[in-house]
Amino acid sequence: MSLEQFKDRNVAQNYTFIPVDEPPVEPLDKFKQVVKRTFKGELFVGLWVVFREMVRFNIHTVKYPMEKLPISPRYRAVHKLYRLLESGNERCIGCGLCEKICIANCIRMDTRYDENQRKEVTEYTINLGRCIFCGYCAEVCPELAIVHGQRYENASEQRAHFVLRDDILTPLDFLKEGKQEEFDGFGAVSPNADERIKKTPTAY
Amino acid sequence: MTLTGFVIATIIKIVLVLAVFSALAGFGTYIERKVLAFMQRRLGPMHVGPYGILQVAADGLKLFTKEDIIPQNSVKPIFRIAPIIGAATAFIALAAVPLFPEFEMFGVTIHPIIADINVGVLFVLGVMASGLFAPLLAGMASANKWGLLGAARTAIQLLSYEVVTGLSILAPLMMVGSLSLIDINNYQAGGFTDWIVWSQPVAFILFLIAGFAETNRTPFDLLEHEAEIVAGYATEYSGMRWGMFFIGEYANMITLAFLASLIFLGGFNDWGFIPGGLAIVLKVSFLFFFFLWTRAAWPHVRPDQLMWLCWKVLMPIAVINVVVTGIVLMM
Repeated sequence: MSLEQFKDRNVAQNYTFIPVDEPPVEPLDKFKQVVKRTFKGELFVGLWVVFREMVRFNIHTVKYPMEKLPISPRYRAVHKLYRLLESGNERCIGCGLCEKICIANCIRMDTRYDENQRKEVTEYTINLGRCIFCGYCAEVCPELAIVHGQRYENASEQRAHFVLRDDILTPLDFLKEGKQEEFDGFGAVSPNADERIKKTPTAY
Repeated sequence: MTLTGFVIATIIKIVLVLAVFSALAGFGTYIERKVLAFMQRRLGPMHVGPYGILQVAADGLKLFTKEDIIPQNSVKPIFRIAPIIGAATAFIALAAVPLFPEFEMFGVTIHPIIADINVGVLFVLGVMASGLFAPLLAGMASANKWGLLGAARTAIQLLSYEVVTGLSILAPLMMVGSLSLIDINNYQAGGFTDWIVWSQPVAFILFLIAGFAETNRTPFDLLEHEAEIVAGYATEYSGMRWGMFFIGEYANMITLAFLASLIFLGGFNDWGFIPGGLAIVLKVSFLFFFFLWTRAAWPHVRPDQLMWLCWKVLMPIAVINVVVTGIVLMM
């Protein structure tokens, strides 16, 4: 499945409307309808359709745990915290915007100034049991540090498992192998961002 | 044959029929799920055993080990007996059905029929009809509104369609002049063109439609219409008691397929190069497949449509068919 199919939201363009006649009122019309339906063989059309599908054997089942459907890059599942590619430091600058904008109140962070007087994030938790996956945090993040990933299988036995920062932060060895791919999904800069830039209202 | 030999042979036949047909009823559920799945572009059971074939065993285990719940306000003895009626009548009806042509084994001629009575059709239809007590009593005894609705629908549906079954089968019986299923089979011994379905096509169609209603299969599956009345008469049932209703339903489907094959489709006579035993298996399999096929293709009807169909359409056609057959036979 290509990305275009996911992005096409105008589904109604392929709708065809089937003309439906008014139900008959007069007894004679009702009788005519019964006779017409009896000898039209529509029941056999139904039989033929299902038999054709059985013979074609075009099975649409996805055997879920073994095979999975591709999902859109804009899908909003469990968050990811990214690192800077060169230094491996966390991208998060501790601005607290995500915490502020979170409408489910599920993000909490603790920051301090490190020895270079830079903000450092000491604690960062997302309560996934509360999160409604609206994507505001990813959209508001100025550093593209928090994004929504593709991991939607997040069932667990304990609530404590839903808040682990280590799970969503890119591991260092993973980063060194160059596997942290730049995110083009939800919250990322759109490809035509340059064209869409406008001056801020104060400028005019 | 001596009396002892007769008794032993009959007991062996009974045990065989019981074992084979309850196994077939279980296997029928697997076939049904697979066929329905393929017609709806699904895979059906796939994980228990190769291609899910052991799903039947898994289901059986599940049903046997489930708790047998009897609701507090139910009429307990009747609640307990009802599923047994369902399964028992389905198997008793098979007693008078000749399953295969006679064959020789160990130098003895074997008649593959448990009781060769001269009113076979009457017995089979009567016992199958008395099976309606199973859903009726089950629904009325369960102290459940859905159960009661299911029971009420049993009363209207099964009783009404008994009329159509009886009238539709009357015309071929007039032609044959015997109620014995073996006589009816032998009447069609002349080959493909002798099948009664060619001289009585209307009766065949009526019999099939009424058969769908009597075995409670999909276009007329109103007794346990999941979309309307939860599970109808079986709402309060669980475990093996619930399973017995299903064994009964599938055994009834097979019995009905045998009846339709014997009366209309040439029975177990040789069909061209196909020997009789295989021919009847093919016919029964096709009719069983047809039961599943319609379930995949056709929607349910409403109870009022069902009654309309029975009393205003099918019954007059059946009566006209009997009258026309009578006139043709007189001339």
